[in-house]
Amino acid sequence: MSNIQSLTYFLPELILTSSAMVIILTDVFFRGRNRNRLIWLLSLVALGIAAIFLLLQTTPPDAIFYGALAVDPYSRFFKWIFLLATVVIYVVSPYSRELDNNPRHEYYLFMLLVVFGLFLMASALDLIIVYLSIEIVSIGSFVLAGFLKQERLSNESSLKYVIYGALSSGVMLYGLSLLFGIAGSTNVFDIQAALSGVPDKAHLTLAVALLLVLTGFGYKIAMVPFHFWTPDVYQGAPTTITAYLSVAPKAAGFALALRILGITFGSSPDMNLGEWLPVEGLPFGTLIAIFSAATMTVGNIIAIQQSSVKRLLAYSSIAHAGYMLMAAAILNAQAVSAIMFYLAVYLFMNLGAFLVAIFIHNRYGYDEIEEWKGLGFQAPAVAVAMGIFLFSLTGLPPTAGFVGKVYLFSVLIEAQQFWWLAVLGVLNSVVSLYYYMRILKAMFLDSEPTGERISGHPALSGTILLLMIPVLLFGVYWSPLMNLVRSSLEFFSPGM
Amino acid sequence: MVVPLYHILAFAGLLFTIGVVGVLFRRNAIIVFMSVEIMLNAVNLAFVAFSRYHGNVNGQVFVFFIMTLAAAEVAVGLAIIVSLFRNLRTSDISEIRLMKH
Repeated sequence: MSNIQSLTYFLPELILTSSAMVIILTDVFFRGRNRNRLIWLLSLVALGIAAIFLLLQTTPPDAIFYGALAVDPYSRFFKWIFLLATVVIYVVSPYSRELDNNPRHEYYLFMLLVVFGLFLMASALDLIIVYLSIEIVSIGSFVLAGFLKQERLSNESSLKYVIYGALSSGVMLYGLSLLFGIAGSTNVFDIQAALSGVPDKAHLTLAVALLLVLTGFGYKIAMVPFHFWTPDVYQGAPTTITAYLSVAPKAAGFALALRILGITFGSSPDMNLGEWLPVEGLPFGTLIAIFSAATMTVGNIIAIQQSSVKRLLAYSSIAHAGYMLMAAAILNAQAVSAIMFYLAVYLFMNLGAFLVAIFIHNRYGYDEIEEWKGLGFQAPAVAVAMGIFLFSLTGLPPTAGFVGKVYLFSVLIEAQQFWWLAVLGVLNSVVSLYYYMRILKAMFLDSEPTGERISGHPALSGTILLLMIPVLLFGVYWSPLMNLVRSSLEFFSPGM
Repeated sequence: MVVPLYHILAFAGLLFTIGVVGVLFRRNAIIVFMSVEIMLNAVNLAFVAFSRYHGNVNGQVFVFFIMTLAAAEVAVGLAIIVSLFRNLRTSDISEIRLMKH
């Protein structure tokens, strides 16, 4: 589809970029006292308009911008996840005390640009867009992670983020250049056509290219062994940003990896077939299964030893990427829908847990488990909500996390492959119960009621309680969400 | 005389390895960023070589994107090093270990 025609299908993204320009200009020319508030409001309005255009968007018959971007129900589902996560973070950001000494208007601007990058990640169909979108997200996140300029931890976290980010994107680019070399095109469908006809001799090159590309994707979803940045960045970054990084870019990484790997290394260009097979002779499933096993085991084992809640949640988020990769080893329609369902549920429970961490941080300025002692008596509603988020993260009924995990495990069991991986997944869930319960124990059992009450800003506590609703609701009545996921399971393919 | 594809690819592979080793073993943050640039330039070389081999311009277009984004990435990286240096008075990454492991 030509560029001019494509613009009508690109409106949500256009809104995001143009409002970023407006915000930069406002920042330059408006020097009033309420600048932070004004820019906060402008960005929320921009997100709202983008959401309206996303809602009204129709599916074009062809990929837009000459085959560079797909506008399909699959990408739209992920765009809703990004918008939801962003709006939650925007709503609570003005009430996070950590950010008080820094100009928040720039923070809002960078978040808007990151959302634009995430949108591109969900629809990329061309290797150039893959690289471009990952970098747009990364560069914005580097700045956001180091946003507390006076804090050494924040400096350190953003330096580590930049170095690991640059290294992994360089390695990924080398893999992309190999793919381009084998196929002679940057379009994923052309690459797929070329790869399904490569002689057996070239399979080693193909496996190397797959590994190198997985480095870049693995970095975004925090897959072991490309996870080294995660704990440090999550600990040092402002907690609002940690919450955001643990949800939105991870979801985008999965959206991108599933689509790009699924098409390029699949034996058919059409992802809608339901069954998926890798290019003949490529051990795709086994490779992902090994990464998945390593990711969840490392994440859970190291999480046990953590005393900082932010760091603990960082390792737990690594483990969750491992659970989702478990389904990616099969990569049929059921697996993709299970991953999408889990990502949607993960959005609510993980954001919720991090918002409670912000609540505690506002009060004490630390995030050690020690500080959580007695929270059950001081702020009962928030503590109960945290308990529900933790139950859901462990995967205990009747919470949404349980339903999500059942779907993930059922993929392996119905495909009758990788039994060992399913067993390992269950064992890992048991391990995770231990460290999540440590937080619960600190909140409810480790101190006597003192009668002291702490209360956060109503916007913060209100958001925490609002996030609790879907976690409980989808735990008992999940069919609406699953229906939404199933109806979003429609990929763009050139023969459509 | 036309340089064969294999020679260019071998050179690109060598450059890339030098870059990766530099990132992994050098301690000064600025040298680390220079090593990243070497990696990216190795990739650029491979892209241009493949692009010429296949007669497809997309590879060369890709190189332009890599160059601009690398510049942006380094700009942010150097800004972070400056702000870190103000707080810690060092740019040696082996000394920047405040967080427990």
